[in-house]
Amino acid sequence: MSPIDREKPESSAAPAKITVTQLNAYFYNQNFHALRDITLSIPEARVTAMIGPSGCGKSTFLRCLNRMHEHVPGATVKGSVMLDGVDVYAPAVDPVRLRRRVGMVFQKANPFPTMSIRENVLAGLKLNGTRIKDPAALVEKTLRHVALWDEVKDKLDQSGMSLSGGQQQRLCIARVLAVEPEVILLDEPCSALDPIATARIEELINELKERYTLVLVTHNMQQAARVSDYTAFFYMGDLIEFDRTGTIFTNPKESKTEDYVTGKFG
Amino acid sequence: MTTPFAPPPPVAPPRRPLSVVPPRRPLSVAPPHRTLLEPAPGERMRRLRSRLWTALCVLCAVIVLVPLFSIFLYVVARGASGLSVEFFTGLPQPVGEPGGGMGNAVVGTLILIAIACAIGLPMGILAGIYLAEVGRGRLASAIRFIADVLGGVPSITIGVFVYALVVVSMKRFSALAGGIALAIVMIPTVTRTTEELLRMVPSHLREASLALGVPEWRTSLFVMLRTAAPGIGTGVMLAVARIAGETAPLLFTAFNSRYWSTSLDRPIASLPMQILTYATSPYKDWQAQAWTGALVLVLLVVLLNLLARLATSRGVNHR
Repeated sequence: MSPIDREKPESSAAPAKITVTQLNAYFYNQNFHALRDITLSIPEARVTAMIGPSGCGKSTFLRCLNRMHEHVPGATVKGSVMLDGVDVYAPAVDPVRLRRRVGMVFQKANPFPTMSIRENVLAGLKLNGTRIKDPAALVEKTLRHVALWDEVKDKLDQSGMSLSGGQQQRLCIARVLAVEPEVILLDEPCSALDPIATARIEELINELKERYTLVLVTHNMQQAARVSDYTAFFYMGDLIEFDRTGTIFTNPKESKTEDYVTGKFG
Repeated sequence: MTTPFAPPPPVAPPRRPLSVVPPRRPLSVAPPHRTLLEPAPGERMRRLRSRLWTALCVLCAVIVLVPLFSIFLYVVARGASGLSVEFFTGLPQPVGEPGGGMGNAVVGTLILIAIACAIGLPMGILAGIYLAEVGRGRLASAIRFIADVLGGVPSITIGVFVYALVVVSMKRFSALAGGIALAIVMIPTVTRTTEELLRMVPSHLREASLALGVPEWRTSLFVMLRTAAPGIGTGVMLAVARIAGETAPLLFTAFNSRYWSTSLDRPIASLPMQILTYATSPYKDWQAQAWTGALVLVLLVVLLNLLARLATSRGVNHR
C-alpha cells in the first residue's frame, strides 16, 4: 500500500478483494440450509470480522471463501464468490490453487505433530514439493514476521507441539504466511488462548492487514471492535448487517444487531 | 424490543426480590462427631474390593506373559546348544553325518519375507488409505468386508489357492509362489491396521494441510500417513512376524529345498518348512536341529520387531 493510500481518510471505501453474491450453503445433502443469500464485499487490505451467535453460519461462510466447505461430506454451495473478479467456484478453478492464495488459520492451533518447528513453517511449500531457495532465511523471516523468532530460534528442530498454545497459533500463522497468500481467513484464532496470547495475535493481525486481506470469525465482540475495520453480523444463516465496525457497534441500523452487540442475547 | 433509553412502565407491578438469601447452614453435612480421621461406614470394604480387583488384573497380566516366556525359555533350553556359525552357513547334511546347518533356510525365509513385503505392503497400505481417506459407500464397505473375511481364511486354503493359480501355471514350486501366498496372508492385517490408524489421525491436520493448498493425495501421504506411521509400522511388524512363522501357505508353494537357492522361480527352503521336516523326522540330531531352527525363527522375529521400533521411533523429538 502506498503512503498516498494511507493518507486517504477512512471514509473512502477500500476496493473489494472478495465479492460474495447470493451465496447459499447447505449441509446433509441440502437438508440443512446453513447460509441464505449472502451478498457482501470484503475490502482489500482491511480486517473484516464476522460476528454472531454459535451456529449462525459465520464459520461456514469463511469456509466457503477457500472452498474448504466442500470437504464436509454432503455439503454443497450455490452462488458466487469472486476473488479479484474470478469466480472461485468456476469449473476451471482448482481448489488447491485457490487455497494457496486464500490461507486459513483454525480455531485450534494445529501444527503438524510429526514435523519440527522449522518444517512446520515450510510445510506448505515442502508438502507441495516446491523447491525452496534459502529455507533458513525464509524460516527466520516468517517467524520474525509473527514475532516468534526470538522465542524459538534455539529450538527450531523441536516438535511444534512443544510450544505453548499462543506460540503454536503464531506458528500456524507463520505456516500460512510462508505460502504467500493474499487473503488470510482466521476462524476464531484466539478462542483457545489466554488474554496475553490473544493480545499478541491481535497485534499481529493489525500488522498483517498492511499486506493482506484478513477475514476474522470471532465470538468475542470486543475483539471484533478492537481489530476489525468492517463487521458482518450473522444470525441463523442470514447476513443481518454489514458495515464499518464503528457503525455496527455504535449506530447499527438493525435492531437485532443492536440487541446482539449490547449483549441482550447471544 | 425496548431500547435501553425507553422510559420505565408507569406502574411497576410488585416484584419478588431478585435473590433470597438462604438461611445459614452448617458447612458440613456430616454429623459433627465424625472426623476425617475416622473411617466412614463401608470404607474398609470398598478399599478391600479395590485391592482385590487390582490384584486380579495384575494376576491376569502375569498369566498372559507366562506362555510367551515359557515358550521362549523352552526353545532356548532345547535349541541354544545347537547354535553355531555352521548352523547359519551350512547346508542340511544327510542323516547320520554330523554338523550341517540351516543357512539356506534362514536366507530363504528372509527372501520369502522380502517378496511378501514387496507385494503385500504397497497393496495393503494403499488399500488402507483408500478405505480411510477416499472410499465411501458400498464399494468401500464391500472391500472392508472382504478384507475381514480374507483375514479369517485359514492359511492352508491360501496355500492351495496360490498352488492352483501360480504353481500349476508355472509348472513348478517357486519362491515367488511362496512369497505371493505370504503376501495374501498379510494384506488384510496391513489394510485394516492402516485404515484404523489413519482414522485416528485428527481431521484438523487434514484441514490444515488442505487449507495450505496441498493436494489431497499429498495430504494423505505426507500428513495423514506420516502421522500414523509409527502405529502402522507396529501393525506391519505384527503382520511380518506372523508370516515369518507361517508353514501352511508354503507347503504347496515354496515347498522346500536342501540346497542354496536364491532364484525366485525355484523351490526355496524356509525355516518353518525345515523345522517341520526335521521335527517330524525320527532322527535325534535332526530333531535337535529343529529346536535350534525354532530358536533362530523366534530371534528373527524379535530382531525384526526391534528394527521396526528403532526405525519408527526416530524423527522429531517430542519433548
